[in-house]
Amino acid sequence: MSEPLLQVERLSKRFPVAGRLGAQLYAVDDVSFTLAAGESLGLVGESGCGKSTLVRLLARLLDVSDGRIVFDGEDLSAIPAARFARAPQRPAIQMVFQDPTDSLNPRFTARETIAEPLALLGSLRGAEAGARVDEVAEQVGLPAALLSRYPHQLSGGQKARVGIARALALKPRLLILDEPTAALDVSVQAVVLQLLDRLRRELGLTLLFVSHDLNVVRLLTDRVAVMYLGRMAEIGPSEAVFRAPAHPYTQALVSAIPGQGPRVKLTGEVSSPIDPPTTACRFHGRCPQGQDLCGRQAPPERVLAGRRVACHFAA
Amino acid sequence: MTQPPLLEVRDFGLEFRTRSGTVRALEGVNLTLRKGEMLGLVGESGSGKSVLAYALLGISDRAAKVTAGRALYGGMDLLQADDSLLSDLRGREISMIFQSPRTALNPIRPVGLQIEDVLRRHAAARGPDLGTSLKQRAVQALREVAISDPERRVKAYPFEMSGGMCQRVMIALALACRPGLLIADEPTTGLDVTTQAAVMDLIAGLARERQMATIFITHDLALAADHCDRIVVMHAGHAVEAAPKAALFAAPRHPYTARLMTSTPNAISTVDSLMPVPGNLPDLRRSDLPGCRFAERCERAQDRCRIERPLLDADADHAVACWFPLTAAAQEAAHV
Repeated sequence: MSEPLLQVERLSKRFPVAGRLGAQLYAVDDVSFTLAAGESLGLVGESGCGKSTLVRLLARLLDVSDGRIVFDGEDLSAIPAARFARAPQRPAIQMVFQDPTDSLNPRFTARETIAEPLALLGSLRGAEAGARVDEVAEQVGLPAALLSRYPHQLSGGQKARVGIARALALKPRLLILDEPTAALDVSVQAVVLQLLDRLRRELGLTLLFVSHDLNVVRLLTDRVAVMYLGRMAEIGPSEAVFRAPAHPYTQALVSAIPGQGPRVKLTGEVSSPIDPPTTACRFHGRCPQGQDLCGRQAPPERVLAGRRVACHFAA
Repeated sequence: MTQPPLLEVRDFGLEFRTRSGTVRALEGVNLTLRKGEMLGLVGESGSGKSVLAYALLGISDRAAKVTAGRALYGGMDLLQADDSLLSDLRGREISMIFQSPRTALNPIRPVGLQIEDVLRRHAAARGPDLGTSLKQRAVQALREVAISDPERRVKAYPFEMSGGMCQRVMIALALACRPGLLIADEPTTGLDVTTQAAVMDLIAGLARERQMATIFITHDLALAADHCDRIVVMHAGHAVEAAPKAALFAAPRHPYTARLMTSTPNAISTVDSLMPVPGNLPDLRRSDLPGCRFAERCERAQDRCRIERPLLDADADHAVACWFPLTAAAQEAAHV
């Protein structure tokens, strides 16, 4: 296989904690994965597990604490976040945000919204930029007549299309989607999912798809990464992971999807991400299969049936 | 049909008078709920689910006007009841769990005191067990919703708790006076799937244990299917189909219900198998709304659908408001 488009190596992000000198919050802790060009990776986990921090690190909105982000052969983590806005790699990584209503400027028309990244980061100007807006609007199925409208004059599905068109305007190589359908009704969600799937095939996009809806993730991704409290719990082919989850946390997550059979019930609360013990599994205390060893030794990542699983006892 | 229904909503109509026109938010809605039953009210945003719930509790927006119908609860019409009677009922007989617990709870009052407020408001009606102090009963209420260390938690403020924990407090608050009817309005929206599962188990478990009737409002058909006995599907202010859960999923008869099912990703769907509902909800301010409000989005619609409103038979076990409901053969063809 050729060089992956994105290579994340032992990435960590720690935040200082207000009012507690020396204490650190481990938002992302020692996370590694790769993403091949044209591949689609899902990122799932509960709120507070570090998904959003990881996305913000990859979009280079935050500086890394440890580890490397290698994109297309270049180490992006060496560029400070403040300078990344002008880095030549900046247009290649684009993002679609969660709520299409909140993430669009209410005083910009759809055309202005889609054209803005072209003006800020692109090389196209004037009529050429206008033509690019028309082209990308057509790709996402946004009728030209709607381009002069403001967000409040558009439906939820149309706003979602504007958000996607804006991200595609610069022809990114990596598209990061942060819960792109969470704010949409199911009927609209189905349309947007089909659109994303078509765009992915037609444009050969590489996708990082963040969502808490596991049924949605399964539809659009080749592989899925499950995070728990800053760590990677399990990563592997989506179909296999959802059909037969190996990590006890993934098992609980998959069994909690409505419309399934019996559930793996979790007890207790998520433990604190502030200075977590280095000698215990993060899931220890909530894990239905936890044993003494889990409290004494953090599980290494093991390769199991084509996936990586961080658990002593997964088989 | 052994016992009389606990709640009987008949031909309920409600509209909002706004500056930009009259929104006909509910029209001819029929619902029946028995003691201990869990009824799912399912539909997309704008279908009128929450408007219905708010109207039953008498907490509608001031622009709302009830135009028709009745809602009998234990023989009393909630739509005609005066404010003082309704405020005696709210929290005691009929309780509600709101969508976002963080905004529904008072942010500057410890959760224990908020539970005590409810208990105190209805203390006169509760009678004899005032011997136990309000504080002890607040602790007990938190214990019943499986909050660990309730003695300490009663002093906590909402911001010190996780979203799932706040929702448990909301449940404790709603159930403190042991109501006969609970309305849960999207109680798990915004929660993680594992937390959602735990919160739903809690609500369903307490409802079963106390023989409490529950109206569970959700946009998630699969979630409703997991917990409800009967499901009512709403679209644009009409109840379009009402059936026992198993019958509804085995053979949906309204084209909208069928499309809702095929547009929701499940464990076996593929991107190509998703079939979105075409079009959008009609603007409920229009004066030329079709008789069946789904007619403009429906492939089976004929002239009759646009002119004449199909009614939902309130007494049928599996009722459908459609002139041309799906038959077994048509369901096959629609890949349901």
